[in-house]
Amino acid sequence: MPTTASAFADATASDSALRRFLHGLPGVDAVGLEARAAALGTRSIKTTAKAYAIDLAISMIDLTTLEGADTPGKVRALGAKAVHPDPTDRTTPRTAAVCVYPDMVATAKETVGDSGVLVASVATAFPAGRAALDVKLADVGDAVAAGADEIDMVIDRGAFLAGKYLKVYEEIRAVKVACERADGTRARLKVIFETGELSTYDNIRRASWLGMIAGADFIKTSTGKVGVNATPPNTLLMLEAVRDFRLQTGVQIGVKPAGGIRTSKDAVKFLVLVNETAGPDWLDNHWFRFGASSLLNDLLMQRQKLATGRYSGPDYVTVD
Amino acid sequence: MSDARLSVFKTYKLYVGGKFPRSESGRVYEVTSGKGEWLANAPLSSRKDARDAVVAARKAFGGWAGKTAYNRGQVLYRVAEMLEGRREQFVREVADAEGLSKSKAGAVVDAAIDRWVWYAGWTDKVAQIAGGANPVAGPYFNLSSPEPTGVVTVLAPQESSFLGLVSVLAPVIATGNTAVVIASERSPLPALSLGEVLATSDLPGGVVNVLSGRTAEIAAPLAAHQDVNGLDLCGADEVLAKELQVAAADNLKRVLRPQPVDDWTADPGTHRLTAFLETKTVWHPTGSLGASGSSY
Amino acid sequence: MAEMTPTTNNPFAYAPAPESRSVVDIAPSYGLFIDGEFTEAADGKVFKTVSPATEEVLSEVAQAGAADVDRAVKAARKAFEKWSALPGAERAKYLFRIARIIQERSRELAVLETLDNGKPIKETRDADLPLVAAHFFYYAGWADKLDHAGYGADPRPLGVAGQVIPWNFPLLMLAWKIAPALATGNTVVLKPAETTPLSALFFADICRQAGLPKGVVNILPGYGDTGAAIVAHDDVNKVAFTGSTAVGKEIARTVAGTEKKLTLELGGKGANIVFDDAPIDQAVEGIVSGIFFNQGQVCCAGSRLLVQESVQDELLDSLKRRLTTLRLGDPLDKNTDIGAINSAEQLARITALVETGEAEGAERWSAPCELPSSGYWFAPTLFTNVTQAHTVARDEIFGPVLSVLTFRTPEEAVAKANNSQYGLSAGIWTEKGSRILAVAERLRAGVVWANTFNKFDPTSPFGGYKESGFGREGGRHGLEAYLDV
Repeated sequence: MPTTASAFADATASDSALRRFLHGLPGVDAVGLEARAAALGTRSIKTTAKAYAIDLAISMIDLTTLEGADTPGKVRALGAKAVHPDPTDRTTPRTAAVCVYPDMVATAKETVGDSGVLVASVATAFPAGRAALDVKLADVGDAVAAGADEIDMVIDRGAFLAGKYLKVYEEIRAVKVACERADGTRARLKVIFETGELSTYDNIRRASWLGMIAGADFIKTSTGKVGVNATPPNTLLMLEAVRDFRLQTGVQIGVKPAGGIRTSKDAVKFLVLVNETAGPDWLDNHWFRFGASSLLNDLLMQRQKLATGRYSGPDYVTVD
Repeated sequence: MSDARLSVFKTYKLYVGGKFPRSESGRVYEVTSGKGEWLANAPLSSRKDARDAVVAARKAFGGWAGKTAYNRGQVLYRVAEMLEGRREQFVREVADAEGLSKSKAGAVVDAAIDRWVWYAGWTDKVAQIAGGANPVAGPYFNLSSPEPTGVVTVLAPQESSFLGLVSVLAPVIATGNTAVVIASERSPLPALSLGEVLATSDLPGGVVNVLSGRTAEIAAPLAAHQDVNGLDLCGADEVLAKELQVAAADNLKRVLRPQPVDDWTADPGTHRLTAFLETKTVWHPTGSLGASGSSY
Repeated sequence: MAEMTPTTNNPFAYAPAPESRSVVDIAPSYGLFIDGEFTEAADGKVFKTVSPATEEVLSEVAQAGAADVDRAVKAARKAFEKWSALPGAERAKYLFRIARIIQERSRELAVLETLDNGKPIKETRDADLPLVAAHFFYYAGWADKLDHAGYGADPRPLGVAGQVIPWNFPLLMLAWKIAPALATGNTVVLKPAETTPLSALFFADICRQAGLPKGVVNILPGYGDTGAAIVAHDDVNKVAFTGSTAVGKEIARTVAGTEKKLTLELGGKGANIVFDDAPIDQAVEGIVSGIFFNQGQVCCAGSRLLVQESVQDELLDSLKRRLTTLRLGDPLDKNTDIGAINSAEQLARITALVETGEAEGAERWSAPCELPSSGYWFAPTLFTNVTQAHTVARDEIFGPVLSVLTFRTPEEAVAKANNSQYGLSAGIWTEKGSRILAVAERLRAGVVWANTFNKFDPTSPFGGYKESGFGREGGRHGLEAYLDV
């Protein structure tokens, strides 16, 4: 996005300029932010709105498996589920994507085929991001070459916390270049901040802007591998960031909370945050995703409940 | 040459804005002793004198209220020091004014000096007894602090012309208010002399303004004055007190009704100290240290 | 439910989510509550109370006259003897009982309050009722600890407290009045506002459920003349009033020259000061809750926004964008943010002041929203290009109307904030700690919210400077109003 980069050329001219820019962003009052998220959490979403929200949430899932024990069989099962989340009801929307490690991209791609489900790959020495830049870039290159539609990179939290913002910025820029394919297209880039490690809301706002000016297509809360992952307040804060960024630059950027969102009720609350913060333009899986695995089954059970009037049970959804 | 030197009379003047003006009215009235002997002519204050006193008190308010409590304590203690040095003068004036013997008047003046010392010690303690942290049920730091009400009109007691006066005036200014005092109508001289002491006690001009004259005449415009915040009716009789209280309702002045005081030397308690205080409560979020400490 | 986003076709339209009305059983008529019994008014007068959201008549309520006031005061006087002699620990237990019954019945009371007042169920459920119960719980604990409250050993109650409360927080204002009065050993004659009498009458029933001795609490619905009769009654020892400054002054004149102890909680024109380094998103939320909470019918509302000129445009854009997401409509809908104005009279007053604002040249902006066809409604509104000289910057509107003024320096902000006959509340938004403390110290207001707004707690003293009244409600300070000290 050369226009974005040039708009912030001054801010990224040096480490100190970038620090001044990021530290010049408005502060975040933690209590106020959390109170706003909690207040939006009291919205009561019923009947038609609930049905809409459940289908939308399903369509926004990056159905994820990121385990050392992942096998081709596991990934194939996941891919099948992404394409047909509820085999008993073909009207169920498919998920947005499956999200896997780079070495599973080819298998995933093969499974989802031309269903429309995308394949996202974590990369850049996920989840810790502790590797040399060329190793990270090779990781990204492998995933892209294997057909990944989207790359979920992690930022260097150590560099961020040490105040080396320019290093983080340049790394994102480099990864973005590595997302380019031979045919001139490129994989969409999600930038994971690991908000639980950034610790403060001020840091999350700074990281959001850092990611956005560096060219992220999505900003994403977390890896799912640390104690605190996506929360309503940190997602609300990132939604404010993409809203403000679009107002300032005209460029729309997606948001992906990941980790810890397990119930339909939670998912609907996140959609309320989207609706009332960034706005309806983000109510689309091109702009908002859930990084989740078990969430899908809960959404499916709720969907069945709405359709039949009966409460469903785990035996009526698939375990993949 | 005669042994009897002709003494120099003192011209008693008002004390307003740190200066000693005559009454704007140009009028005086005769002040007599308890036995009916002429003592002096005191200024007969007009409503314009009252108005000027309020202007002076308002001007002084920000600075006085803004001083550290410690500093106000030092100033009040300085008043006691200055009085101690002029003890004999006040003993004579109180004896004349109230028809007391020298020894009884001496006890009254001593008590008045000690009262300044008592209130000098209160300035930096009142916030700790009248304020404090409130344990609200939420992530907020919440603190209540007393603040001075503003400009307070004080009708000094009519009988106890000095100890009574000090007992009602000192608590008003100890907390940072500024005062317009109407001296005892019949016995204003100790009050007017107190002005001279205050002027040499590091007390900023305008913090205390002393008017003498007809209490009811001076009090009426002050009770109705929109830039006066408080009213101590100590020196008003029942009828006047009610009339003034009704007038005071126009801008909701804080009113301290007259309460019978049998013995001005008794422990004054904190009642008068807290009568002209506002409580300000400030909230601020505390919250968690960061996003990772969130309870979500 | 009119959502204020007419320009976008939002696919995520929230379906109606109404709280059930069936949890509350409103009788067709209610009497006065005197000496533990519901009775008709001596002259048989009644008045109707309506739901401001629909104009539906909810019930017919007995209207207390002077004779009823006298009877209630006599009942309270008689009850005072035993009630004040009761050990504090026993009085405490009655109050704890009341607190618990309120918690048990909070859903019912929330729906009732929403019906009678017009405020959103979200607020009655999440703010009013929890605070009501908490207030009784807090003061219950004081009843046997008064010796330690800093008012001397064995401080004595005053006697019969005459209390007159407003319609904006009917049950919460009742709690603010009754809880400290009973904890300190006084008995009570309370008049709820004429537009919102029902929750006070339900409270009377709670007193009976709690076994409160007869005559300790008496509830007299009525209009201003009923209140005036209570205030003027010779055998009332204490007057507590929350309401308009004009009536407060009248009450102050009435009690002049008597021994009645008086506390007044009156109007306000709170300044909400936003500095250029504010946490902007939270400031926007604070501005919204500051003036649109309870449709702005809040004495401590942040009805004047003082914004540093350098961030004015940015802040106002954010604020307007936020206001378009407010949901105005059925107060019983759980997603409603803005409910009905309490009465036709209040709506007329708001409308008139807004017209004055426009006539004086202030620039009006109202959130685009459709107002329901029946009931009393006013769209969230803000005025820009406002100066200190404008009526909308000086007069309390008591409605969802925000006046926006600008400032250049902290000194100017403080000067403008204090340039008011009122002094109830103020807000400060800045990330700089020393500025918060410096500004808070200079503001002449009884409650200052820094980086937050409209927060309440039973432990936290509340009350005004200047013409916003005197005395404090809440906390240890709140005891003083009911003790002979």
